[in-house]
Amino acid sequence: MKFYRSHVLIAIDDNSLKAGVKKIESLLRAKLDKNNLSEEINVLETGGLGYFGTGVSMTVYPEQITYANLKEEDINDIVEEHFLKGRVVSRLVLNSTITKKYNFNYKNRVVLENSGIIDPENIEEYIGVGGYEAWEKVLTQMKPSEVVDEVKASGLRGRGGAGFPAGVKWSFTAPIEAKQKYVVVNADEGEPGTFKDRLIMEGDPHKLLEGIMIAAYAVGATKSYIYIRGEYKLCIHRLEVAIKQANEYGILGKNIFSSGFDHEIEIKIGAGAYVCGEETALIESMEGNRGTPRYKPPFPGVEGAWHKPTVVNNVETIANVPAIIKNGADWYNTIGVEGCRGTKVYTMMGDLKLPGLCETEMGTSLRTIIDEYGGGMKDGKQFKAALVGGAAGVFLPNEMLDVKMDFNSLKEYSAVLGSGAILVMNEDVDIVDILWSIIRFFRHESCGKCNPCSNGNPVLYKLIDKIRKGKGKEADLDMMIKVSEVMNKTSFCALGQSPYMPIKSAIDNFRDDFLKRMK
Amino acid sequence: MIVYLNGKAYEAKPEETVLQLALRNGIYIPHLCYHEKTGKAAKCRACVVEVEGIPGLKTSCNLPVRDGMVVSSKSEKVLQAQRMVVDLALSSGQHDCLSCEQNGNCELQDAAYYLGIERPSFQLYDNDYEVDDSSEFIRVDRSRCISCGRCVEACNKTVVNEVINFGNRGFDTKIVFDNDLPMGTSTCVQCGECMQICPVGCIIDKRSIGSGRNWEFEKVETVCPYCGVGCRLEVHVDRKNGKIIRVNGVEDSPTNNGMLCVKGRFGFDFVNSEERLTTPLIKENGKFREAEWDEAIALVASKFSEIKKEFGSDAIAGLASAKVTNEENFAFQKFIRREVGTNNVDHCARL
Ligand SMILES: Cc1cc2nc3c(=O)[nH]c(=O)nc-3n(C[C@H](O)[C@H](O)[C@H](O)COP(=O)(O)O)c2cc1C
Ligand code: SF4
Ligand code: SF4
Ligand code: SF4
Ligand code: SF4
Ligand code: FES
Repeated sequence: MKFYRSHVLIAIDDNSLKAGVKKIESLLRAKLDKNNLSEEINVLETGGLGYFGTGVSMTVYPEQITYANLKEEDINDIVEEHFLKGRVVSRLVLNSTITKKYNFNYKNRVVLENSGIIDPENIEEYIGVGGYEAWEKVLTQMKPSEVVDEVKASGLRGRGGAGFPAGVKWSFTAPIEAKQKYVVVNADEGEPGTFKDRLIMEGDPHKLLEGIMIAAYAVGATKSYIYIRGEYKLCIHRLEVAIKQANEYGILGKNIFSSGFDHEIEIKIGAGAYVCGEETALIESMEGNRGTPRYKPPFPGVEGAWHKPTVVNNVETIANVPAIIKNGADWYNTIGVEGCRGTKVYTMMGDLKLPGLCETEMGTSLRTIIDEYGGGMKDGKQFKAALVGGAAGVFLPNEMLDVKMDFNSLKEYSAVLGSGAILVMNEDVDIVDILWSIIRFFRHESCGKCNPCSNGNPVLYKLIDKIRKGKGKEADLDMMIKVSEVMNKTSFCALGQSPYMPIKSAIDNFRDDFLKRMK
Repeated sequence: MIVYLNGKAYEAKPEETVLQLALRNGIYIPHLCYHEKTGKAAKCRACVVEVEGIPGLKTSCNLPVRDGMVVSSKSEKVLQAQRMVVDLALSSGQHDCLSCEQNGNCELQDAAYYLGIERPSFQLYDNDYEVDDSSEFIRVDRSRCISCGRCVEACNKTVVNEVINFGNRGFDTKIVFDNDLPMGTSTCVQCGECMQICPVGCIIDKRSIGSGRNWEFEKVETVCPYCGVGCRLEVHVDRKNGKIIRVNGVEDSPTNNGMLCVKGRFGFDFVNSEERLTTPLIKENGKFREAEWDEAIALVASKFSEIKKEFGSDAIAGLASAKVTNEENFAFQKFIRREVGTNNVDHCARL
């Protein structure tokens, strides 16, 4: 391996691409060339560094200096000052609290451990940090049932929203005798404000592939699909590259490592319907039908894609699997809390100093996440509410900031972890506006299969729109609760059941915001 | 197997659902999407019930019975939910029953009546769908559609014509013919299965519009006169005016299970046609004149006898109609073989 004085990791993700990172990267390379530095300074592309709204950013190792919001004209300074003279260009450095967060952040990582560190388009870098060891262990030392048992013992719960224990799900499918079984990775990520799966796939696509293969081996599936949002162009590209490389290395394909196990992974691109993230609607869509949910039972694990037993798991769930297999269930049980093991990736947005991404242990309090990972409130404003779990989530007021973020603890507050999206709002935010946009979202995304959801959401929208325009009455609030409660009890799938949670929590905790609009 | 429904014990069949058990025993639970022919769809959500030991509400149309199950379809919690669900369905369209063809024969109206809903609580309808009058016999008024999916299931799975599906999403979901063509230019064959199974006044018989209320007509069961399949028909007869208003298929008939073809369902205008022959005609000097049956039959018999004597039996051939019954066809071939004495007998359906 070649020795370099410095490594520069440039974050290539959807946001930085929009901010023109490719141009800046080529400028940087040209400039380094011109100064005969390309043999000393290694420029690497990597996934998102974990911040949000920081434009083009890069980290220089070993100093661990992160530059953000870079423009083309900044490259000169960086090369001339930092790389030639060894002086940090302080005006471009991401403020020091952010760097602190960055360090703090990496300690706890499981699924994002390599994100922002390795080149996601190079399989050797993944292998270099211990990647595919779990896959090899599984194929050479473990029986499928042992894999299922290990994941069961780890206590890993689904990260797609419902929190169903992954090992238990696998144990339904594994014993079924069938000519064909499938593993489907749910990468539809439609929950507003959620982009954790995107960052996992952009930053470390091989980890996902490794997890898929282990899952497939455990349940006896020879074919897997990654059902991914069409907008995730970069993820799709990186997954394609990763699949190709894995095939070339014989990690995927026929008779892998002479074990007799065959596996193939295919990418299916979704067309942008929120409901197609629901596992049965996803399967319908994959089969080429209208994306509406199917009645359960039979559950997909028994009768899924093309009526074959199909395990559907979220990206983050699967991305936890390699570490569990490599380090063992006992290790995994040391992270998180009883009944909810491991870490959780959150996307933090809103009025925070450092909106972005973090991965931390299950059971971390919301306050810690906001203060330490999110950097606290921006512009010295007061915290008002956090919407936790995306549109299908719950508004938590100040009094609930100490709630522990895990499936069970949140349940006590009638709240949900959901997809792990956290929208933080300051004192200036009017909950009416936020609720209005949530309801508008549900109205738009209802699939139309069942009556309470497809007609209830327009009713809710009319009511909230009336209130927002200052024409509402207090009775409209009661009506919104009444309608959404019936939707919650009678809708076919969780989409129609969801509006009740944000509505009830918004009206219960922030009634004044609504009354103010009624004067 | 015993199931307790609203406090009373009923003997349940192992394969049935709670809704089927209830309906079989004359207990009404509102249901808009379930139909015994198209099966459970679980879309309308009006049929929710409470089951002891299961949290929340369950749709009874897809809830299998279990021994000892305790179900309530009439608790206040259930009725409240049913009321809101049906209210939402009513609110979604333009349900001004006064001039609706389905009035008095509408499953949505029945559900609203049962739940005591006088008028919809919300006004959601704003789609302004144009009435689709493009096809020969069927009118489609989407403002009354409740997206129950029965027509979709019926067209695709029962008659397998594969014309109807749902288009759009959410509130804007609507039934479409082929790729959203007017029914008249689509591949629809006008069998009318969708019309018969629609629970509301969305897909309706065009020619019976305005001819009277459903309850004014006598329902007469008979066999279709067109072909040997022998589909059972339910003919709606307006006795006052001596007219047939419409024809439905008989749902539990073993021959057609409610289905009909375009002729059987819509081809009855000959009954009251001006051009219909009501007496035999005999042609004399190139012109027809009315005759009595005896005279006509005697004439035919004498002509046949003449031909047979002069040219032999094989100079005569008999071709039977597909519109007559098997018994009549049997009698006909017997007549040709035995009385006429030839095997030259065939049937138009073989052409
Ligand atoms: C309306 C709706 C949208 C959903 N969207 C997603 C999604 O985007 N990604 C996801 O992983 N799960 C989503 N889910 C949850 C899936 O149905 C399913 O529970 C999950 O993929 C199972 O994986 P897990 O057990 O690994 O969490 C959604 C569910 C509903 C009802
Ligand atoms: S609840 Fe909404 S999204 Fe789910 S099936 Fe019903 S209409 Fe579709
Ligand atoms: S479809 Fe039924 S409820 Fe609607 S207008 Fe006609 S009769 Fe009334
Ligand atoms: S009339 Fe028959 S073919 Fe035409 S849409 Fe209805 S069910 Fe389908
Ligand atoms: S047209 Fe009638 S049968 Fe078809 S979905 Fe609408 S209400 Fe149901
Ligand atoms: S009859 Fe059960 S949901 Fe429609």
